[in-house]
Amino acid sequence: MNLHEYQGKLLFAEYNLPVSKGEVIFDAKNAIDACNKIGGTKWVVKAQVHAGGRGKAGGVELIDSPDQAEVFAKKWLGQKLVTYQTDKDGQLVNSILIEECTNISKELYLSAVIDRDSQKIVFIGSSEGGVNIEEVARNTPEKIIYQGVEFKDQSLPEHAKNIANVLKLNDEQTNQFIPMIENLLRLFVEKDLSLLEINPLVINSNGDLHCLDAKVNIDTNALFRQPELLEMHDETQEDPREAEAAKNDLSYVSLDGNIGCMVNGAGLAMGTMDTIKFFGGNPANFLDVGGTATQDRVAKAFKIILKDPNVKVVLVNIFGGIVRCDVIAKGIIAAIKEVDIQVPVVVRLEGNNADIGAKILSKANIKIESINNLSDAAKKAVELAK
Amino acid sequence: MSILVNKETRLIVQGFTGSQGTLHSEQSIEYGTNIVGGVTPGKGGQEHLGKPVFNSVKEAVDKVEPNASIIFVPAKFCKDSILEAAEAGIKLIICITEGVPTLDMLDVKKYVDNIGARLIGPNCPGVITPGEAKLGIMPGNIHLPGSIGIISRSGTLTYEAVKQTTDLGFGQSSCVGIGGDPIPGSSFIDILKLFEEDTQTEAIVMVGEIGGTAEEAAAEYIKNNISKPVISYIAGQTAPAGKRMGHAGAIIAGGKGTAADKISKLKECGVHVADNLVEIGNKVSEVLKIN
Repeated sequence: MNLHEYQGKLLFAEYNLPVSKGEVIFDAKNAIDACNKIGGTKWVVKAQVHAGGRGKAGGVELIDSPDQAEVFAKKWLGQKLVTYQTDKDGQLVNSILIEECTNISKELYLSAVIDRDSQKIVFIGSSEGGVNIEEVARNTPEKIIYQGVEFKDQSLPEHAKNIANVLKLNDEQTNQFIPMIENLLRLFVEKDLSLLEINPLVINSNGDLHCLDAKVNIDTNALFRQPELLEMHDETQEDPREAEAAKNDLSYVSLDGNIGCMVNGAGLAMGTMDTIKFFGGNPANFLDVGGTATQDRVAKAFKIILKDPNVKVVLVNIFGGIVRCDVIAKGIIAAIKEVDIQVPVVVRLEGNNADIGAKILSKANIKIESINNLSDAAKKAVELAK
Repeated sequence: MSILVNKETRLIVQGFTGSQGTLHSEQSIEYGTNIVGGVTPGKGGQEHLGKPVFNSVKEAVDKVEPNASIIFVPAKFCKDSILEAAEAGIKLIICITEGVPTLDMLDVKKYVDNIGARLIGPNCPGVITPGEAKLGIMPGNIHLPGSIGIISRSGTLTYEAVKQTTDLGFGQSSCVGIGGDPIPGSSFIDILKLFEEDTQTEAIVMVGEIGGTAEEAAAEYIKNNISKPVISYIAGQTAPAGKRMGHAGAIIAGGKGTAADKISKLKECGVHVADNLVEIGNKVSEVLKIN
């Protein structure tokens, strides 16, 4: 789960990390008050969406009067911001962060992730900030440090110094940096983060370190013990079908093809998409209906798949494990009747009692193509989608 | 021979009396697995499915001497359950549950490695040695005792590989689902090592998917350490970057973990890659004929 920048900065402030004085607004009429409350003569207004590249897309502006904040808010609130990281429709802006202006003398990069290979939390630091870090990694890898760390480990200050060296910090800045790393790590562990990124981390005109941005992702599996973070969830930033699927405990990702897919198991779902592509078709979605393909779950899955107007055919691929295929077949038929499906449905059932399941499907008086071989089922779906 | 589990395995079930624990224990007992008891705190002293229930793993270890444990408890309790089993001296722990927080797994992995226990999973279908013992949620009857060792990050995709090798008459020595999480208890390499040493295994099928670099590391290991033929399939060739495809670990992030990268690395290291899911069995036939 992602947080907005302003939510990330609230967490940063809670962990004594240096962030700018700011106010978040959800209504343009509060813009002027917010600027006056922050004080000063220059502000930065930032549209809040779950995507990077906002600056280049016009979603971040430097202003020198509170009226301009109101103009900016009126322009963006309720509109969609399209950046290189969003899809072509963009992300809805429903809040604006207004901050005091920071004078920047240098931009750096700092992030933390869970590294699968070393099975540790790893900090990634670079003297090149404010740019795409993947490009820095490709072109000038010597400017990046990957430092594995352990929570409550006494060598943490040493590890922080290693990063500070690559960031070319002076002694005073290094003294600020060591507790910063300690606080970031505490935040990462206590709030169950999966990613934390400050791009850029800046040195301001006073020579102090300052977090100018905050990107925070939380491990979805840990939300049960992070109720206050779960409350920060902004559903408007997600694909509505993906959000609806998540509510029903289904795993769904929308894609741009026209063959709807319903599969049990994430690996098999990906494998089914690949098979469709292999035979010249294009999957409309990834959908894992879960281990037990009951009528209720299958019906919900059909409803979500068919909300996509591009879907011309649905391919159902179920490997019946503990649940027998005859039971699944009856569930599919009932679900198709319940949802009143107009497009053709190709069903491939495999596993326990697959033959009985196939018979039940072929006898049902509805538009189902029952094909037990996955290649043939995929080919049929591709043909029907043309 | 086989790997990890066989007729001698004495299994306890953590989360024995819950709905998942009950359903899959019944199936495992029916398959012939020697379940010697189960653990559900607060229900010690009762009997369930004809087996004794204990309050703790320690108590089960003292009374019925298990050498393996399978875990069906809810995700939020998995860390404690795994640590409890390891602490009580169980050397093979299989965690089926999906949704364990990643930071919990960092702690768990360190602990089990230090104590010398082997953890399979979480978020996995378990381990089966056909005809001997089923420690997991896979459908028993698609398996056939035989010569192919199967390792996979995915459940139903493993069943596909199993079904295809059964239909062609090869059968399986053992099948291990290592799970779809970013920090698995056992890696491809851990299991490859076991199959290399196992005399019953003639070829190995490794089913991978997008996300991370476990397949790339395995490819390098295979090149230097595995003499048996390895056949592989990688799911997720059509998956978009930045989206989590069901499994917590199946995400292409920061340009890493694409199917194309994995496939080219595997081929470079001498692994036989099936282009398509439906071709896994045929690829095994083709490779075993050449060898």
